[in-house]
Amino acid sequence: MTSTDQQPFLSIKDLKVHFSTEDGIVKAVDGLSFDLVRGKTLGIVGESGSGKSVTNLTILGLHNPDSTKVEGSIVLDGQELNGASERTLEKLRGNKMAMIFQDALTSLSPYHTIGKQIGETYRKHTGCSKQAARERAIEMLKRVGIPQPEVRVDDYPHQFSGGMRQRAMIAMALVCDPELLIADEPTTALDVTVQAQIMDLLKDLQQEFGTSIIFITHDLGVIADIADDVLVMYGGRCVERGTKKEVLRDPQHPYTWGLLSSMPSLDHPVDVPLNPIPGSPPSLLNPPSGCRFHPRCTFAEKVEGGLCSAERPLLEIVDGRGSACHLSADQRAEFFTDLAGSAAN
Amino acid sequence: MLRFLVRRLLGAVITLLIISAVTFMLFYAVPRDPARIACGKLCTPETLELIRHNMGISDPMPVQFWHWLSGIFLGREYPGFGNCDAPCLGYSFVNREPVLATILDRFPTTFSLFLGSSVVFLVFGIGTGMLAALKQGKPTDKIASSASLVASSMQIYFVGTLALYVFVYQLQILDQPGYTPFSENPGAWFSGLLLPWLILALIFTANYTRMTRSQMVEQLQEDYVRTARAKGLSRPNVFFRFAWRGAMGPIVTIFGVDVGVLLGGGMITEKTFSIQGIGMLSLKSVVNNDLPMLLGVMVVTATFVVLANIVVDACYALIDPRIRLA
Amino acid sequence: MSSTTPLLDVSGLTKHFPIKGGFPIRRTVGHVQAVDGLDFQVGEGESLGLVGESGCGKSTTGRLITRLLEPTAGKISYQGKDITHANRKQLAPVRSEIQMIFQDPYASLNPRQTVGKIISGPMEINNLNPAGGREKRVRELLEIVGLNPEHYNRFPHEFSGGQRQRIGVARALALEPKLIVADEPVSALDVSIQAQVVNLLQKVQQELGIAFVFIAHDLAVVRHFSQRVAVMYLGKIVEIADREDLYGNPRHPYTRALLSAVPEATVDDTPRERIRLQGDVPSPINPPSGCRFRTRCWKATEKCATEAPPLVQVEGNKPGHLTACHYPETDEATPAPRLSKDPQTAA
Repeated sequence: MTSTDQQPFLSIKDLKVHFSTEDGIVKAVDGLSFDLVRGKTLGIVGESGSGKSVTNLTILGLHNPDSTKVEGSIVLDGQELNGASERTLEKLRGNKMAMIFQDALTSLSPYHTIGKQIGETYRKHTGCSKQAARERAIEMLKRVGIPQPEVRVDDYPHQFSGGMRQRAMIAMALVCDPELLIADEPTTALDVTVQAQIMDLLKDLQQEFGTSIIFITHDLGVIADIADDVLVMYGGRCVERGTKKEVLRDPQHPYTWGLLSSMPSLDHPVDVPLNPIPGSPPSLLNPPSGCRFHPRCTFAEKVEGGLCSAERPLLEIVDGRGSACHLSADQRAEFFTDLAGSAAN
Repeated sequence: MLRFLVRRLLGAVITLLIISAVTFMLFYAVPRDPARIACGKLCTPETLELIRHNMGISDPMPVQFWHWLSGIFLGREYPGFGNCDAPCLGYSFVNREPVLATILDRFPTTFSLFLGSSVVFLVFGIGTGMLAALKQGKPTDKIASSASLVASSMQIYFVGTLALYVFVYQLQILDQPGYTPFSENPGAWFSGLLLPWLILALIFTANYTRMTRSQMVEQLQEDYVRTARAKGLSRPNVFFRFAWRGAMGPIVTIFGVDVGVLLGGGMITEKTFSIQGIGMLSLKSVVNNDLPMLLGVMVVTATFVVLANIVVDACYALIDPRIRLA
Repeated sequence: MSSTTPLLDVSGLTKHFPIKGGFPIRRTVGHVQAVDGLDFQVGEGESLGLVGESGCGKSTTGRLITRLLEPTAGKISYQGKDITHANRKQLAPVRSEIQMIFQDPYASLNPRQTVGKIISGPMEINNLNPAGGREKRVRELLEIVGLNPEHYNRFPHEFSGGQRQRIGVARALALEPKLIVADEPVSALDVSIQAQVVNLLQKVQQELGIAFVFIAHDLAVVRHFSQRVAVMYLGKIVEIADREDLYGNPRHPYTRALLSAVPEATVDDTPRERIRLQGDVPSPINPPSGCRFRTRCWKATEKCATEAPPLVQVEGNKPGHLTACHYPETDEATPAPRLSKDPQTAA
């Protein structure tokens, strides 16, 4: 895909994740491919049920092996992860690849101190002494901006504020200098002023450690702040891919365009109603045929021969840019009217 | 922690006071002559009068209750019968003995029954429950779950009698159940209680299996368990150090209730195996209308339940640092 | 607004939640000062936005207005009638005119009731018999909120999140209220659905002339929906103004910081300058003395610690634009977030 000599650091090809449930098979991820270059941040945007979180749990191998079928390949730094042994994955988790979750309160163990939770990751992967792990935990807490780290290291998560808990979680994820950091909606539960702090922190730490980040969010505003490249997911598939600038300024897929034009921004004209996407996200138990967005797409009928409901549009990526849509370039130019918010600059 | 204990113990005293007052009222409100009943078959008018006098039946009920209550701290005298030193829970005119002496005499039996069966049902119940949670949805889980469902619908008098017949009388591999004090002969203590332990534990094991399984399954779906796995911790480590820690709380709570129930005497178990514990004592007191004795058993049982609850709450705080005791 | 009685008039509204503790007998040892002396009015058909971060007291305010909570102090007047400490009976007629929409469309609908029952419930309780019967009215309401009237007999679980929120709106409309308190009505919804619900609420406000108290943390949504906006911090209003003034000329440092922290889905060639607040919101149990924002404010001085700034029309504010700050922002060097009213400037 990328024609450069440099191998992508993480390469996912035709990933399919299917769960069997009582009601049938849920196709949570259905043929997803993407590459991630070292030291860059890829933003994955999608709504609930788009498959964005499932994809990333699968990368770490944290899916339930009994009810989940994973197909395709996940190659991290030349190593295939799909089908790798539990022992191999355990060595990588928290060490080479780490994850930050959305709700730090429920994601940290209420029964262990912050210091212990950070330290045990370090101990597990370096085999150091308890004392060394504790010192490392204090150092990490200091790094993520927790005041009085030598005191707070012995606190339990419930004694921390929301923002501090998220900082502690970041400290825990970065304790072994991972090369890949997956952040799953890390700021969604936070207030805007704290969210801004956390995103600044992540950007600083990325500069310092050169970590590759996959940043999952539903908020295009957050993407605009933190990502280099953007991947838009809908119904378990990638519908658009490109740099942040390309995707946000010149969306190629009706879903991306719809999201951008439905969001109220601080300079959206107040007397113009918002332009929502009709309908609801699809059921992955029984997803729509063809393009999964077609039942909600305003332009589906403009494509001739009912192609949108009949055939899955292919995602062709040229130089990291592409979208999966049957509309022609001319049609897009015609239909996608200016985005009221983003064009103000 | 100290504050917590002091506050809770104060609360416990009030609770026990209310329980005994209500029980006292209920028992003495029966429209029968308690003295006549206590006097028994060979009752002379003199004895009857003596019992009446000792019970203080002519006094109003609050005064009677006050006498009973002050007896706990000061002891009481029962002229013509004997002394009842503090703590005095009353005097059984049927047994011609202070109530507490009888209860203390029976207590080791019930305690032995409780101790042995708890060990068995905690080990097997929690163990099987964890195994089922670990192998969730697999045959092991299904077998454990259905077995525990069957076991929990069993009744002691049925399984117990059946087991007695098969193992003691037919196969003769187990001793006749009975209680021998541990200090006298540990071997006999063990062999005499083995069958009651196993039978009593069978039913409790089933409950603890199901509870442990459901708690563990719930905990394994918690976010922090996922985080622990994402850190690279191994499955067993996550299972025992994270999920089990969370599952412990509710199990401790239920155990606290069971402690109270078991120490109060398993009436049916003791009856089935003819073991003379607290359970049989209360059964006999009911049959004999021995009101002072019944009242004593009630208060002792209630004390166990209340104390067990305090211990449970303290344990809860040790397990979960979010709960602060003040 | 001063000429006529406002629909809702709130003055000095205060709610302190007691904290129990102590030894050996439990008693009140402190208070969570959730809401502390709010003054604001809502006119007929007007939408007032309440914004702020978690713990600022905006939801408590909503519950006080609907009298789900009883105020500790202050006064709430509805149509000139004092309802601050009104009892159940006195509240009954007011309750039907003030309705509430909740955040969680999953938890706020009874799963065992049909949609028809949920929406007609308020009518039954208030013994309301609309012309043509309740069922007809429910079907009308379903139509208004954009649901199929045929769904009368369905249960909440058969609907998606956005549709459930529509059911919540229909229920609130059933009694033809004059005021709706909407507590974070869109924040639990998917991005693509939020706009649907915002548009619906806007339609309701404009076409039925219902006043709104719109509680949200999303400044962009509030700006879109509310004509007047109050910014809250730790139980106090720090700034209140018409939408244009508040977003175009924010005077309180906190308002500025909040606005600059809103992530926008735009890629600027020159990144916009941002104000980054340090630390977290302090505890409402023991809020900072004087100005409550001072611990995070870059302009704070001695005066801010000793003297609580009053909420007044500071110099340079238009009438109706009140700011509680000793050192209101005027500095144009900090680029204020833009407000373009004209879509034509979007080039």
